[in-house]
Amino acid sequence: MNMNTIKRFLALVLLLATPLTHAAVKIEHWVSPSGARVYFVETRTLPIIDVQVDFAAGAARDPVDRAGLAQLTRGLMDLGAGDMDESAIAERLADLGARLGGGADTDRASVSLRTLADADKRAAAFEIMRQVIAEPRFPGEVFERERARTLAALREALTRPETIASRAFWSGLYGTHPYGSQPTAESLSAISVDDLRSFHATHYVARAAAVTIVGALSRREAEALAQQLTAALPAGEKLPATAEVSLPKFAEVHLPHPAAQAHIHLGLPALKRGDPDFYALIVGNYTLGGGGFVSRLMKEVRDKRGFAYSVYSYFAPMQVAGPFQIGLQTKRAQAGDALKVTREVLQQFLAEGPSEAELAAAKANIVGSFPLRLDSNRKILDNVATIGFFSMPLDYLDTYAEKVRQVTAADVRAAFARHVRPENLVTVVVAGD
Amino acid sequence: MVVFGRGAGAVLRLPPDACSIGLTGVPPANCRKFYQKPSIIMRRHLVAPLLGLLLATAAVPASANPFEHKLGNGLRVIVKEDRRAPTAVHFVWYRAGSMDETNGTTGVAHVLEHMMFKGTPSVGPGEFNKRVAAAGGRDNAFTSRDYTAYFQQVPKEKLEDMMALEADRMRHLTLAANEFEQEIKVVMEERRLRTDDQPQALMFEAMNAVAFKAHPYRVPIIGWMNDLENMTVQDARDWYERWYVPNNAYVVVVGDVDHKAVFRAAEKHYGGLKPRALPLRKPQDEPAQAGVRRVSVKAPAELPVLIMGYRAPVIRDVEKDLDPYALEMLGAVLSGHGAARFSKHLVREQRLAVSAGAEYDSSARGPGMFYLVGTPSDGKTVAEMEAGLRAEIARVQNDGVSAEELARAKAQLVAGEVYKLDSMFAQAMEIGQLEAVGLPYTSGDRIIEKLKAVTAEQVQAVARRYFVDDGLTIGVLDPQPLSSAPRRGFATRH
Repeated sequence: MNMNTIKRFLALVLLLATPLTHAAVKIEHWVSPSGARVYFVETRTLPIIDVQVDFAAGAARDPVDRAGLAQLTRGLMDLGAGDMDESAIAERLADLGARLGGGADTDRASVSLRTLADADKRAAAFEIMRQVIAEPRFPGEVFERERARTLAALREALTRPETIASRAFWSGLYGTHPYGSQPTAESLSAISVDDLRSFHATHYVARAAAVTIVGALSRREAEALAQQLTAALPAGEKLPATAEVSLPKFAEVHLPHPAAQAHIHLGLPALKRGDPDFYALIVGNYTLGGGGFVSRLMKEVRDKRGFAYSVYSYFAPMQVAGPFQIGLQTKRAQAGDALKVTREVLQQFLAEGPSEAELAAAKANIVGSFPLRLDSNRKILDNVATIGFFSMPLDYLDTYAEKVRQVTAADVRAAFARHVRPENLVTVVVAGD
Repeated sequence: MVVFGRGAGAVLRLPPDACSIGLTGVPPANCRKFYQKPSIIMRRHLVAPLLGLLLATAAVPASANPFEHKLGNGLRVIVKEDRRAPTAVHFVWYRAGSMDETNGTTGVAHVLEHMMFKGTPSVGPGEFNKRVAAAGGRDNAFTSRDYTAYFQQVPKEKLEDMMALEADRMRHLTLAANEFEQEIKVVMEERRLRTDDQPQALMFEAMNAVAFKAHPYRVPIIGWMNDLENMTVQDARDWYERWYVPNNAYVVVVGDVDHKAVFRAAEKHYGGLKPRALPLRKPQDEPAQAGVRRVSVKAPAELPVLIMGYRAPVIRDVEKDLDPYALEMLGAVLSGHGAARFSKHLVREQRLAVSAGAEYDSSARGPGMFYLVGTPSDGKTVAEMEAGLRAEIARVQNDGVSAEELARAKAQLVAGEVYKLDSMFAQAMEIGQLEAVGLPYTSGDRIIEKLKAVTAEQVQAVARRYFVDDGLTIGVLDPQPLSSAPRRGFATRH
């Protein structure tokens, strides 16, 4: 598309375009002949197509002595696939103006692509994506180099107080559960190219794939695209479910570090996808520490006492119980005082829940800000891919506001009592005096 | 390279080998992992990195859109209609940043930004955030060297409420002493978080203080800790009275709005605010440099980092200038994508670097600088890293760049123009940032045309002209083992 075309096009888009998301996002869903689940939102206001393919290939799938395998596997897929070496992939994408992304978190590994919708550009971009997903080469010398770079990055990260705190927090919450496993120099050194090949063959399979497509194409084109991306994958075996989490005992971990600020985390494993308490916890957490500048933690820790620049709490729903976490950083000499105030705020909230005024304010913001969550193709993609990967109800976005409205203060108290028990709370303090 | 982390929701993005930035001067969020250039600091740490959105380059106006209206008090209002979703973003920009500060009160621009949330006679302390939240909105603010900006993202029907709130605090801030006493502590915690405990940020701060001797770009945006410790509420009041007037501000709105209605609302809420003459701004031009400047900083870390900063021009005249555009394209050829030169040669082929990148921002109120950044691989030295970066520059100086490389950079530019339209926030940022540095927002499309017109000869010429030792400052992070580092703490008098 040349600049003049773009300008003409923009004139149309910006002045005449029909609204994208006034009411709801219409998600079309089907299963591709390959076995992959497909989620599609057609939107033609911009000449862009976004595609994301998610697999149950996150770090929770690492073998016990190979922590880091899932993320190395995903990282290497972009660096040589099909008939392309790493430079060819990057150069072809750059020539097309296409952007390949993704990564691996704890549950999920993703390959994502943003491309212009022009027929010549998108076809070439889709073919690169197909090869990255289905035909990664895992060249030995690229693997050796990337592992060396990863080791260097790990060594650097292990000097950082925020990394030390985060690793201790996840270890404290999950222990020997797969969510608690962390890459080390030893585990990375134990990984071989064959491990990557085998991990890819087992986990990047069609029946475990969720394909999300958002943008300027028809249902028929989306069907063909989803099949193109997944047809060459093995159908695959159903992967074993991630083990349920057993709760930790109350613990307080103090680790030394020369930093000027202490990094403090409190939390426990708390919430899995699909839990009916989800709405009560989200609404309640807004008042506790999720509502930015208006939360109780922000008022007590930052506004009243000037203890911290950043203080927050959140629930991260995952395949099995993901963490509830409170975090802050404060001058090391006042770490004890800041922790004390934080605990008091939490205890009071657990005992009393939100006031009616706080509950109303939380709902007003969560419901009122809902359009902001869906006002771009990128945001729609992120939401729909999450719905697809976790097999959430297709009307999740349509019913979200109503379910938030129905939450009562009693629901919040009861849900917090079930999910945030003080006897299971793990506290980590790095660099506190 | 894979950077490990735990969690759910946002998928970890694979970090790039190399980083490059566009006209806005903000590196992609994932670049900040290895190179923290604090070009903008925000009031609150965002869990989801907002800065990733800001990679816009420049605007492509479609017919009359955006629209502009100037109020009688000098306040300009720029509206871009984007009807894709029922939301709007509202920005107020003030042309006052850390470069307008004086010695002894460094950091006051940013402190005032914090104080802007602490109440007016009609909207009490903390009430601003409450009202934005009640409206289903999100808000924040940020301070840069060149400007201070405030924004709210809201459902479109709440836009006028946001204008009323911003207009109120433009002239009626209370600036109470007790609020200041608490908030200055928060700002000192922010400095500890962003700078004192970030080895790369410390090094970058030290490097700027050496690269610039006369120009206020030598001072960190967050301010020196000792200045924060000694700051008074009167310093904040003086700053507010000096710069927070409608004739030093402009409003940018992007969203599902009718520009005429926005102009009417702006007249109603902002129109009554009194203008005042602004203080004279002195140029404080940097004297000529003769010879390489070097600085090293010790901090607890594992990997060394090398930054080489070359003095470079920025856009002052969109039509007449040539070199800033050629330097932008050079940056793209060196590190604009995964197979750009630094990544291909230094990281992959020679295995000299764990990561390497180039950063150049062609838009700024003050002097420009073209940065090269590298972290040497295990077993390689900082001196070898420097030699490797210098060899890449020499290749461009001697052999130029290929037509293919230049075409690739331009293809990304064109695609980026379309992708940018997926974010109202990015569109508003682009308008605001052009205006902040004195370039008309309408020049966005001309800037893109000028970038597309850059030739290989021009790229080679700027490599020869600006990559010279007399304009070079080198910063090195000298990593120290954790166990030997002294416990650092900063006594304050609060």
